[in-house]
Order: sequence, then C-alpha cells, then structure tokens
Amino acid sequence: MMRRVFAIFAACLALVAPVQAEENIVLGLNQTEVSISTNFNGSEIIIFGAVKRETPIPDGPELAVVVTVSGPSKAVVVRRKERKFGIWINTDSVEVDRAPSFYAVATSGPMQDVLSRVEDLRYKISIPRAIRSVGAPMGIVDSAAFTEALIRIRTKADQYDLNEAGVTVDQQTLFRATVQLPAALVEGDYNTRIFLTRGGNVIAQYETLIDVRKVGLERWLYNLSREQSLVYGLLSLAIAISAGWLASAAFGLIRR
Amino acid sequence: MQIYLPIAEISVNAFLLLGLGGIVGVLSGMFGVGGGFLITPLLFFIGIPPAVAVATGANQIVASSFSALLAHLKRKTVDLRMGTVLLIGGLIGAAGGVSIFNYLKSLGQVDLLVNLCYVIFLGIIGALMFIESLNALYKTRSGKRQPRKKHTWIQKLPFKMRFRVTGLYISVIPPLLVGAFVGLLAAIMGVGGGFIMVPAMIYLLGMPTKVVVGTSLFQILFVTAFTTLLHATTNYTVDIVLAILLLVGGVVGAQFGTTLGTKLKAEQLRILLALLVLIVCGKLALDLLLQPSELYSIGFSS
Repeated sequence: MMRRVFAIFAACLALVAPVQAEENIVLGLNQTEVSISTNFNGSEIIIFGAVKRETPIPDGPELAVVVTVSGPSKAVVVRRKERKFGIWINTDSVEVDRAPSFYAVATSGPMQDVLSRVEDLRYKISIPRAIRSVGAPMGIVDSAAFTEALIRIRTKADQYDLNEAGVTVDQQTLFRATVQLPAALVEGDYNTRIFLTRGGNVIAQYETLIDVRKVGLERWLYNLSREQSLVYGLLSLAIAISAGWLASAAFGLIRR
Repeated sequence: MQIYLPIAEISVNAFLLLGLGGIVGVLSGMFGVGGGFLITPLLFFIGIPPAVAVATGANQIVASSFSALLAHLKRKTVDLRMGTVLLIGGLIGAAGGVSIFNYLKSLGQVDLLVNLCYVIFLGIIGALMFIESLNALYKTRSGKRQPRKKHTWIQKLPFKMRFRVTGLYISVIPPLLVGAFVGLLAAIMGVGGGFIMVPAMIYLLGMPTKVVVGTSLFQILFVTAFTTLLHATTNYTVDIVLAILLLVGGVVGAQFGTTLGTKLKAEQLRILLALLVLIVCGKLALDLLLQPSELYSIGFSS
C-alpha cells in the first residue's frame, strides 16, 4: 500500500513517471506552443503517442487512452434568475472555487468503460470532477444544479468538451487524439494529461504543458493596457479623435 | 475575416464590427445621439464581455461624435457656451454616477438596475417624443405654427446668461442641472446620454432642434472621453482593436448621417429617433419580462 501511495506521489512530482512500470507513454505533440496573433481563429492540437513496454501485451481488458487538456482555472459565480414582481432577476448564487476556462476530455471509448468512478475521483478526469465547488451557501438545496448549469453553458460555448471517440488506439500500442481549441481562448499554461487505462484502472500517466500566449501586436497592446493604462487610454482617445477628424476632412474634400 | 481581440479575448468577424460601427455612426450623425444605447447591447449580442463592451463603446462614441461635431461646427449649429455649461454639470454628475454605480455593484444587482434604467428612461422619453412630434407634424401640415412657451418658471431663476447661437437668455441653473442629471445616468448606464440630452434640451430648455444636435454632441464627446479614460485606468476593459474596427465604420457613418439629417425636417427627425428609442426599450423590456432560455449565468467573483 505504502509503495503504491509513494508511486502516485512520485508520478505527480516527476510528471513523467508511470504509476506502474510495465507500460509507459512516449508522447509527441504537433505544437507545444499556441500563438494568439491578430488572425487567430482557434487551433487544433494533435496528440500522438506510443505505449512502450518491456513485456508482451498483457492479457485481460484492452488498453484504453484518456486525454485531458485544461486551461487556467478561475473562481466563478453562477447565478440563477427567478421571477420576482413580474420580472426575471438574479436571486440565488453559488461560488465555484475552481473552474478551468477550457477543459476537453477525449477518450478511446465510452467514459464508463474506460474509467472507473474511483479512478475518476482520484485523478479528477471527467468534466464534473475537474470543477471544484465546496460549500453552497445556506438555503440552497440544489447546488448541483448550479455546477450542471456551468458545464452546460461552457459546453455550449465550446469551452468544455467530452469526446468519447476522440482517441484512436491502434494495436494497443499507438494512439492519436485531436483536441479543438476555440477562438475565444484565454492565455496561460494548458495542462495536458494522458492516461492509459485497463479495465477502468489507470496504469500509466503522462503530463505536459502547452503554452498559450498572445504574440506580436496582441501581446504589445495587452501589456500596454495593463502596465501603462493611462498611456493606453490616451492612445485609444487619440486614435478615436484622429479617426473622427480624418473622416470629417475626407468628406469635406469629397463635397468640395 | 476573423480577428482576435486582445482585451476581450475572443475572435470575431471584422466586417460585422465595421458594419455595426457604420449603422451606429449614421444614427449618431442624424440625431446627435452617441449611439451608446444601441452599440452596447449590440456588442453584448455578438458575444463581447459586457465590461469590455461598455468601455469600448464609450471610446467608439468619442470618434463618431467628434466626426459629427466637426460637421456641425462648419455649419455653425453648435452653441459652445451652452455646451460648456452642460459639460460642467455633466462631469459633476458623472463623478456622482460612478460612485452610485460602485455602490450598486457591491449590492450585486447592478445588471438589473442598469436594465431597469434603460427600460424606464427609454420608455418615457421615447413615448413623450413620439406623441409630441406627431402633434407637431400634424400642426405644421395644417399650416399652424407651434407657439413657443416664453414665460415659464425657468425664466424666473437667477444667474441669467445670454446664449447667442441658441437665441436664449436664461438662467444657467437649468442647463447645469440637465447636464448633471445626464452625466449621472450616463455613468450608471454606460452611455453618452444623448438620447436623454436631446429631448431635455428641446423640451426643458426650449432650444431649437437644429442647434440641439451639435451642442449635445459637444457634451457627449467630453463625457465619453472622460469615461473611456476612467475605464482604461481602473478596469483595463478598453479594447483598442475592437474600438478601431467600430470607429472606422462609425466615423464614415456619422458623415452620411449628418448629411441625411439636414435633408429631413426637424419633426421627422424627432419621430424617427422616438421610434428607435421605443424599439430598443421594447427589446430590453421583453428580456426582463419573458422567461430566459437559460436561467443561469456565469460571472467572475471579485
């Protein structure tokens, strides 16, 4: 038991070490950086890898692969509207302590087949598990409805995605997954995790980061707006005023 | 053509934004309204985060109102003296409005109150203007001229000042109060306030419609510039790329708008503006009254 706990601990530390040493993941990514430039309109990440093993393929349940990509997390407030005095207004609210801005799960088969509930709880793989909500305020009995709403809204906006056919596994050795990043993307480190499972149990894990950054003009404007906000504000005004003057002058010429 | 907005952090169609700016620009030049009450809800609709929409909308109004103001200055339809008096009131009102806004924000119901403000003010002003201008239109058709009320309580107030362009000799207290009230609402509702200012100048101060538009633009320009700076330095929500796309459409539209405006009769202008205000009001009222398809919403905790 202790050895196993230690192994998980080591896996978390080293990020590369397997839970059990029999089957390991060798991984490739089509890009380790996503650059957000002016014409950015979403991106596709292709994750491909192979299973390295010293022994022949074990008997028993077939190998399955689960891939998750998770954007930076932020606390959010989910509010619910209710009809009061004839109009719809926000009444109850629940704070969700940690909700990733983007979360995609791709699996090689139906979720209940490739991952047991216990393992899901331990590694926080499925979308509801990736969200952490502790303690709804007193008087709200159906706090689950709020986290469900959060998932529903973000799924609709392509920010959360569960694709149960997103990973193809070949000969129990090669696998390939594609994850679609939407156009509305927040900068940050996108944590990418790959799990190998057999019979619902995780047998190997691999973690890597995808760096999502604004570049060029986007980067410069963003930094300016945060670091020298007064200059940025004056620049916005100067552009507005000169554009207004230019249009006026141009039309003056046309009319003449 | 998709373009990624650095502050709003989403990708939108550039031509859609150009068109949106253009439409609002035409209205701005025609009626002397900044168009904030139109552009802000429209930006929400295409998925721009509300905070960015409000701040960037203000910046866009600076451009379109400046362009339209230049056109009006050439035509000498701006009362700079009246504009300055209104502006002094406006800045005081805006400062007060910002503190009220922050107080409401701490109570957590700011969205509802902003929406209610929109519905109430747009509704009252739109209805009043519509009825009044219908009457005026009917009277000019039947050959009678509407008599201007000369002796009201406004005439009896002290600190009188002569406004030559407007042709008025009145106390500075009513314009100051009108300016302050508009500034207050502008800060709470995140708009320039032209749609309140224009009728207030016509009906409360008795200014001629031709001068009202230019003078209102003058006041709007400074109030929205002030708001833009305030948003840029405190909330970091002004998106310069979004603003440029909107204002390129906006400034061109504003020039067409002023030309269109001079071709229409004052009463027709007022009736069109009233209809526009009522349409926006109706849309916002429906949003409050009908059950929304999604009862839940996501906000960021402070």
